[in-house]
Amino acid sequence: MPLLKDGQVVDDPWANLPEPSEAEGQSAGETAIDVDLIVTLEQWRNGREALLKRNGRLGLRLRSDQPPAEIVDDLEHFDLIALEFPKFSDGRAYSYARLLRERHGFKGELRAVGNILRDQLFFMLRCGFDSFEIAGQDATTAWREAIAEMGVWYQPTGDGRLPSGVLGGAFGRSRAVAAE
Amino acid sequence: MYRYDEFDLAFVQQRVAQFRGQVERRLAGELSEDEFKPLRLMNGLYLQLHAYMLRVAVPYGTLSSKQMRRLARIARDYDHGYGHFTTRQNIQYNWPKLAEVPDLLAELAEVEMHAIQTSGNCIRNVTADHFAGASADEIEDPRIYAEIIRQWSSLHPEFSFLPRKFKIAVTGAPNDRAAVRFHDIGLQIRRNEAGDVGFEVIVGGGQGRTPVIGVTIRKFLPKAHLLSYLEAILRVYNQLGRRDNLYKARIKILVQQTGAEVFTRLVDEEWAELKDGALTLPAEEIERIETYFAPPAFETLPANSPAFEARRFEDRDFARWVRSNVSAHKADGYAIVSISLKPEGGAPGDATAEQMEVVADLAEAYSFDEILISHEQNLVLPHVKLSDLPAVWDKLVQHELATPNIGLVSDMIACPGLDYCNLANARSIPVAQRISQRFSDLNRQHEIGDLKIKISGCINACGHHHVGHIGILGVDKKGEEFYQITLGGSADENAAIGKIVGPAFSYDAVVDAIDSIVDTYLGLRQDNEKFNDTYARVGITPFKEKLYAAA
Ligand code: SF4
Repeated sequence: MPLLKDGQVVDDPWANLPEPSEAEGQSAGETAIDVDLIVTLEQWRNGREALLKRNGRLGLRLRSDQPPAEIVDDLEHFDLIALEFPKFSDGRAYSYARLLRERHGFKGELRAVGNILRDQLFFMLRCGFDSFEIAGQDATTAWREAIAEMGVWYQPTGDGRLPSGVLGGAFGRSRAVAAE
Repeated sequence: MYRYDEFDLAFVQQRVAQFRGQVERRLAGELSEDEFKPLRLMNGLYLQLHAYMLRVAVPYGTLSSKQMRRLARIARDYDHGYGHFTTRQNIQYNWPKLAEVPDLLAELAEVEMHAIQTSGNCIRNVTADHFAGASADEIEDPRIYAEIIRQWSSLHPEFSFLPRKFKIAVTGAPNDRAAVRFHDIGLQIRRNEAGDVGFEVIVGGGQGRTPVIGVTIRKFLPKAHLLSYLEAILRVYNQLGRRDNLYKARIKILVQQTGAEVFTRLVDEEWAELKDGALTLPAEEIERIETYFAPPAFETLPANSPAFEARRFEDRDFARWVRSNVSAHKADGYAIVSISLKPEGGAPGDATAEQMEVVADLAEAYSFDEILISHEQNLVLPHVKLSDLPAVWDKLVQHELATPNIGLVSDMIACPGLDYCNLANARSIPVAQRISQRFSDLNRQHEIGDLKIKISGCINACGHHHVGHIGILGVDKKGEEFYQITLGGSADENAAIGKIVGPAFSYDAVVDAIDSIVDTYLGLRQDNEKFNDTYARVGITPFKEKLYAAA
């Protein structure tokens, strides 16, 4: 699936660690030692020691029923966290993303994976995601359109964009409308 | 009244442009109905039994004359000449054509209106007391805070895909006209002992198949923290609310399953992190919004008007209308006028384009250009001089808008039911029509007094039957329409959920059953006792005995 980052489709330098059933007998320690590897929470818990000995960077993939609160103490080990949207309507990861960024200070790549609609990209961006696995022909165009359609917002989030309305203060009322 | 600033305007215009593109993609076949569905729902466009239905948000139920005239024009140009005012202070159009919806939305945007967030699992249009700004019992105008919440909740990036839809209501008065105990979040404006004004926060109320009275999780929330506290509640709900079962996804189930105490603790823990952060409301901003809702320039008038008294004395019809449809105003010499959208035999909440225009004219001439929509599906002229009441009434009479039945038997809430809704078990509107015909004698209605009948066509309870003094619920019995009756519900500060009286009645028998219940009440009531008080005193048995005696 195309990976969208900074509005561009880019090659994905990351690999997922296969489940043991898929790659018989292979354990985390045996995958090439310098590959950047995304692991599931279960794989992290079971193979923590071996994973930490590798040279490549580590990423963590969380299901929508795995709140990041569970791994707050381990955040320093991860350069990427991928949050799953099993259905576009399952919006838990929006909260997870904001908590990771705004409360737990996660600075690495925050990737949205799963069932992601074009019309959700802007919400995700505002919640702190900075890369997106998005299906479809022309992800860059989708991105450009989705971002252009939203020029005004009312909510302060951790992304630093100042809002309009009551929470924007004097700035919120005097700034030029971005989309115009 | 709140006026859009340039950002609000840009905000809705961008949404119209966005939806126009989506409709074009749909009509060109680039989007399937499945893909289009979440997009149209974001814009309040439903697919109903026979056609699309568009639900337009009327924030906190407040309209200017200009906006009302536009709603009338839309009814004429895009619908069959009428609109339907709903229990959520919205207006629905039942016959728009898909290709025309973007134009319709553009017409709305011109008068600062839209259909965003009138559907989908997001924070819906915030509702407020329909006597806001006018009633004598109000601590502060709830619309100030409803507007602040409107801004915060508009396309909230974190809360647009909640487990289920989310409804917030605000009231500024101890007499609760906004049903705050039956919303996902209810806010009751309170004054604490120190004299400060803030909010009692009530969570987890709701109707539907599991009716629940909301619980208070914070007795007094200072104004500055309104949004950080709401964000804390929503964040807890967004993470923990059930997503595996549509019927267990509302926050009321989460509150029940975790227990109110644990839920409150979770919210407080989250709030501790958010409090005093970017969501803190600056006092100047609250004041800025407050000025939009500043009381209009009321004249200094005597508490009585001779012209009004004279008309009341000599015209019994006028006097009767005043008794039911006119309420006390906070300013001397003024009154609140309720315009009934429940004429005998009509569909509750329907208004023709012409009627909307009449109301717009009256508001402009006599009510500081302001109109409110009540959740009981009536319209309100909030600030009418007593001396103008005769003129207002005369005009209302001419346009069949003067039915003197506010709060009475025929002022029913009824959902669209089987006539429009694809979830319905049974018809609602025809039942309401038949009841209003049965009680067509208005003097009898006045003699019966305050009595709320509410009708839903299925267990989803859009007609609020759980909180009717008499509730009627359409059920399906082997493919036939039947109606289950509940007694003793109430949506106000004495919140209560009605109890089922016994076996359901057929479509033909249900009106007789209502008649029997009313008779039993009249036979048993003492002095001016209200229905629910009589019911509380005598219990359900006498009603039951009479209802099922013949069977
Ligand atoms: S109560 Fe049922 S029948 Fe009535 S509008 Fe709601 S879903 Fe439709």
